[in-house]
Amino acid sequence: MKNIKLLHSPIDYTRNKYLKIISYAFLIILYLPILNLVIFSFNDSKRNIVWRGFTSKYYEKVFDNQILFDAFSNSLTIASLSTIISTILGLSTAICLWKFNFYLKKYYDLALLFPIIIPEICMGVSMLAFFNFINWPSFEIWPLSLSTIIIAHVSFIFPIIAIIIRSRLSILNNEILEAGIDLGASNFQVIKLIVLPFLKPAIIASFLLAFTLSLDDFVVTFFTSGPNSVTLPVKIYSMVRFGITPEINAVSTILILIIIISTYFVIKFLTKNNRALTK
Amino acid sequence: MANAWGLKNKLFILLLIPGLAWLLCFFIFPIIIVFSMSFGQKVDIIGIDYNWSLHNYFRAFNGVYFFTLFKSIIISSITTFICLIVAIPVALYISFSSTRIKSILLISIMLPLWTNLLIRTYSLIAILRTKGHINSSLEYLWEASNRALNFLNLANYNIFNNNFIPLDLMYNNFAIILGLFYIYVPFMIIPIYLVLERFDRNLLEASYDLGANHFQTFFKVIMPIIIPGIISGIILVFIPCLGSFIIPDLLGGADSQMIGNIIERQFKSANDWPFGSALSFILIYMTIIVISVRYIYSKLYSKFYIRGMYEKY
Repeated sequence: MKNIKLLHSPIDYTRNKYLKIISYAFLIILYLPILNLVIFSFNDSKRNIVWRGFTSKYYEKVFDNQILFDAFSNSLTIASLSTIISTILGLSTAICLWKFNFYLKKYYDLALLFPIIIPEICMGVSMLAFFNFINWPSFEIWPLSLSTIIIAHVSFIFPIIAIIIRSRLSILNNEILEAGIDLGASNFQVIKLIVLPFLKPAIIASFLLAFTLSLDDFVVTFFTSGPNSVTLPVKIYSMVRFGITPEINAVSTILILIIIISTYFVIKFLTKNNRALTK
Repeated sequence: MANAWGLKNKLFILLLIPGLAWLLCFFIFPIIIVFSMSFGQKVDIIGIDYNWSLHNYFRAFNGVYFFTLFKSIIISSITTFICLIVAIPVALYISFSSTRIKSILLISIMLPLWTNLLIRTYSLIAILRTKGHINSSLEYLWEASNRALNFLNLANYNIFNNNFIPLDLMYNNFAIILGLFYIYVPFMIIPIYLVLERFDRNLLEASYDLGANHFQTFFKVIMPIIIPGIISGIILVFIPCLGSFIIPDLLGGADSQMIGNIIERQFKSANDWPFGSALSFILIYMTIIVISVRYIYSKLYSKFYIRGMYEKY
């Protein structure tokens, strides 16, 4: 009767207490700093070490701060415009790579991966060098002053969108396309009437993903932003360099919240499947 | 693709041109500029002489810059190794959890990836700084134990020093490694988890049935299977670590800098763009080397290992 202790199989690793302790300790460590940041954004103390009671005054301060508000509206403008451009570019590239075989296609595929794999800082400095090289004018007028950042963002976001949409296209059932062509549809009609409706959830997801990536980016923006085009992460960076204040915690909490909400929808739309059209 | 469409289509041009043009103008061309700049030389504040010399590369491989380059590689390797050690048990635990818990755990691992890098680094500062949470908790414990000693009339023995000396948790290499680990560890967990998700659990049953213990099963069965995941994870962690500059900038001190900080300084304050370009290109070369090693390895792996496994048994 010695073996009566072994009630579960040895491969049931979830019952292994060492694995369990390591995993949950890891998760706690992963979340502790962020939770700390969120909780202390409500702390009624300038030095922000000891909890001195609940307050929302730092949020009010953030909303009253004109510079922060400008940075935030810059961020939103950049994110919206680069989202639109990169979704269009990513969608067309994905469909092109999916349905057409052409000379050097393999290398085009590889070249599209490059903006994603090279270190972000290299991307940033190359954009900086580029705008300097061609003497890109530093526009004073509002949306144009953000043009450098928008271009830089699109350059690294649209390949990601292309990859996501292409992976969705790979599960599209080809028979439906053939049926469409058999019934006399042109290629353009096939794309408009079959492919685009099929891709709708993926396009919405890419839209939100591009928005998140752009809103969240710091490194590339840091190198391409000028004095007239400060975004929220760049502003947060300059605030952090001056020290720790509850205001930074409040701004960060707002940014985290926006990004988590949009990510939730990204996941929701990406996992949505149209059964009739998939393989 | 079995039924690719003809290229004479207007649609093809319409779909190809926007992406290709954008990639050429706003990615390939800037990279070429940086590439040619890396062989140039700074002549005055704005002038750059493109004289195609290797001067900048020699400079990067000498003295303090070479030391920093070497140190960046060491720090990134240590971080990658720590990530690996933590990621394997966590990935194992996640992949064996029930479906509901699994999705919760996976989202909890992914969620920090979506929060801003800068904000997460900032959140670490609040914990690590001299008057941060770790030090104030330690100080509290220190004083509490001193009080207890007083109460027990043991204070004369001076077991604890009267004044608490805060630990230096920030502005050193330890802080950088901790920060890099904290930011990039999800990138290690996810690929390992994806491999664990696919493999045949019967192999584990067989291993235990044949009398192996946890250790033997881990090193002889699980480890060989998850190697592709580990390699992807190493690439996903090592490359961003090598090029990171916010984390060493905010958490590291004056003498703990990484290659990213030097690049940033060349472009933002020191204004020596050719040298910065050369350093950026060294980073890009290293990325390419790491990725091609992985590519060659995956070719060899599928050629020898998988085939060997099935043929032998």
